[in-house]
Amino acid sequence: MSPRTVASPKNRPKYYDLNLLNLPMPGLVSIFHRITGTAMFLFLIPLVLFVLQTTISSEAGFAVWKGYFAHPLVKLIVVGFVWSFMHHLFAGIRYLLLDLHIGIAKEPAQSSARVVLIAGLVATAVFAARIW
Amino acid sequence: MKNNKQPVGAHYGWKDWMIQRVTAVVMVVYSILILGFFLVHGAVAFADWKQLFQNQFVRILSLLFFLAVFYHAWIGVRDVLMDYIKPLSIRLSLQVVVCLFLIVCSIWTVSILWGN
Repeated sequence: MSPRTVASPKNRPKYYDLNLLNLPMPGLVSIFHRITGTAMFLFLIPLVLFVLQTTISSEAGFAVWKGYFAHPLVKLIVVGFVWSFMHHLFAGIRYLLLDLHIGIAKEPAQSSARVVLIAGLVATAVFAARIW
Repeated sequence: MKNNKQPVGAHYGWKDWMIQRVTAVVMVVYSILILGFFLVHGAVAFADWKQLFQNQFVRILSLLFFLAVFYHAWIGVRDVLMDYIKPLSIRLSLQVVVCLFLIVCSIWTVSILWGN
């Protein structure tokens, strides 16, 4: 058996500041990346499959969903999912760039995080303006 | 000081890391194509929509996209579960449920794309 050394559990102080408003921009992007990803897994995957199934199988099914999407409350939910998708997308592109060591320093990482948050909101606003 | 630390582990970490990025790129490309379809058509009618998914190439690309989504979701959700669910029995059970759900989704996707 190979010798293993296990890191000794030292009693290091823990400090969790869970207030979102106190998170730095990159932290905010990160936690939203997680939340949007989880939300899309739970709700968007089954929803998209279900909508795809009914809309391509029959004209009646297509019309039913077209009717639903005209409803303001449904539009609001769709806009929520579009924000989830857009934020996750832009945050993901940022992570890919960070992997390539682009913008890895503190300052550019903070400003790119701000760009991600704003880009997600702007893209969502453009979509919302189009469907309303 | 002598370093006795042995690198141990299953080594699947780097592979998942890479898959997470490859699937992300697949999803971005497909999303741009679908967005292009909507921008070209404006208001999409049933006939256009139906015709799009009658195309074998579109079906294959769509399956590739959805499989990328499911694999990406598996890695992401597993990471989230590993971070927040500490009791092993609950975490493992949830991981099994997530995994089975995504396998069912994969089969469902095939039936949607080729069943119409």
